[in-house]
Amino acid sequence: MTTSNTQTENMLTVAMPKGRIFEEAVSLLRQAGYDLPPEFDDSRKLILDVPRANMRFILSKPMDVPTYVEHGVADVGVAGKDVMIEEKRDVYEVLDLKISACYMAVAALPSYDSKADIAPKIATKYPKLAAEYFREQGEQVEIIKLNGSIELAPLVGLADRIVDIVSTGRTLKENGLVETETMMSITSRFIVNPVSYRMKATQIDDMVERLAKVVEGGGDE
Amino acid sequence: MTKPFMFEKPMGMRDTLPELYSLKQQVRSTIATEVAKWGYAPIETPTLEFYDTIGTASATSDTQLFKLLDQQGNTLVLRPDMTAPIARIAASTLKGTERPARLTYDANVFRSQQREGGKPAEFEQVGVELIGDGTASADGEVIALMISALRKAGLSNFKVAIGHIGFVNTLLTEILGNEERAGTFRRYLYEKNYVGFKREVDQLPLSSIDRRRLHSLLKLRGGFDILQNAEALVETEEGRRSLQDLYKLVDVLAAYDLEDAVIIDLNLVMHMSYYTGMVFEAYSDELGFPLGGGGRYDELLSKFHRAEPATGFAVRLDLLTEALGKSKEQVTVSHAIIYSNERRKEAMQTADCLRNEGQSVVMQDVQGITDLDAYSTQFDDVHYLIGKNGQANGGGDNDNV
Repeated sequence: MTTSNTQTENMLTVAMPKGRIFEEAVSLLRQAGYDLPPEFDDSRKLILDVPRANMRFILSKPMDVPTYVEHGVADVGVAGKDVMIEEKRDVYEVLDLKISACYMAVAALPSYDSKADIAPKIATKYPKLAAEYFREQGEQVEIIKLNGSIELAPLVGLADRIVDIVSTGRTLKENGLVETETMMSITSRFIVNPVSYRMKATQIDDMVERLAKVVEGGGDE
Repeated sequence: MTKPFMFEKPMGMRDTLPELYSLKQQVRSTIATEVAKWGYAPIETPTLEFYDTIGTASATSDTQLFKLLDQQGNTLVLRPDMTAPIARIAASTLKGTERPARLTYDANVFRSQQREGGKPAEFEQVGVELIGDGTASADGEVIALMISALRKAGLSNFKVAIGHIGFVNTLLTEILGNEERAGTFRRYLYEKNYVGFKREVDQLPLSSIDRRRLHSLLKLRGGFDILQNAEALVETEEGRRSLQDLYKLVDVLAAYDLEDAVIIDLNLVMHMSYYTGMVFEAYSDELGFPLGGGGRYDELLSKFHRAEPATGFAVRLDLLTEALGKSKEQVTVSHAIIYSNERRKEAMQTADCLRNEGQSVVMQDVQGITDLDAYSTQFDDVHYLIGKNGQANGGGDNDNV
């Protein structure tokens, strides 16, 4: 860290989630007045420097953004609330960016009958979030962790129900699943490392203010 | 469970190899010297304590404690911090001594259950406790001493953020009317969840003035002048009193010429729940985690049946060493005397002579080395005392004693 920091002094490192959220986050930054080069949209690089804004962007898996920010290798980042709840990292969640809106839901096959279910099994990409939710509901379930295509689990009998994010509901419908419970709404958040929050306060406060203006269409209040 | 491999260690446990050790030792002794100069007396406490005393008083969450049982079935903990054990001593063994008492420690503490690498479960803390003095001067001294110790250790670019738990508590209770609602907001601050905080503000049936007051709390970060903004938010006597505390503290720090090293951050709410007044954390631009902190804990000693005001700081030596990095010169053994049996006596005398001059000297029997050239490259000076007739042998650059 020591060596890299001397050359990147006062440079703001932003951790960005690859994939679905990326485009929306980039367009939000552009609206906030950040002059990001066009190669941002189709680059395969993992690190993109924008010297004129004195910023560096690192591109990671959405689930990993809070990890980079917690360890301070990125000062700030864009992470979904789903990831924040699942990862429980020690970072500041300062602003709701209100992008990539979706919600977390429980889904099952239409024939599923909870009363007939003796040992309920839940397949999910979010084991901690799901476990916490069902504990709060007073329901004892067994969690099976999957890494993607969660809808498959009830179709082949791996689990009875799933916990996953839903944005349009199309994937569920196409696979013949129905939503049984809506758990919580999810949006992307602007997150900040606790040390950077103080050591780079001016740059970060400026960024939060500019983003807040775009998001809230006015001041912070 | 599979059996661990021979080289494995439990999660979060680390080895300290010679290079890191010597840097750590330098930092450790620099801080110890500085703390001693300010009149703090060092003490040691046991690694194991009772769960029912230190375990509960320490405010480290239960899942983070290393627990074990003694032969009588009592639950023991590996100490998770040093403040609680020192409070125990201050309230018992040292209760008759003159106050204020100034104590310092340098000890390993244990916080278990790390779920991944990058965070040690055992780490060394150096710190002080100033017990029996409730003044702002005491708080100022503790902060000033931490800053001075960090500077002496060689840390250059760092900042200390100061908050006040009392201020946050009274402001929240004042606006929200009851402790339960205030607790919800305090948890948002502690979890660093400003989005949740703001949402909660907008959902509660509050007057627009109170809403604005709560939103403004999140903006109370900056220089000493931010206290004036804070003044506009408090309406009760208690709130004004905590703010007065801070004004006094800021005066003390200004007298120490620390305006540049310190920032005010009234949203700073730390996980150690025994803090009652001002709290602070130290940040370096070389590191993603706070490397030290502390605060006032006026209620902790009453858990040991003796109410006394107290304040202190703790610096994490592992993180400080990491922040200092490799910028320091590495300490190596400067001399080696490689000798053969016939000249052992002469080698010993040479070594004694050099050691008396304060040099570090390795004495190595030539028969114990397999690769002489590779071995000798680690030293600045190599003296060869080999052979019968007292003549220098091999490529030694120095045989001058």
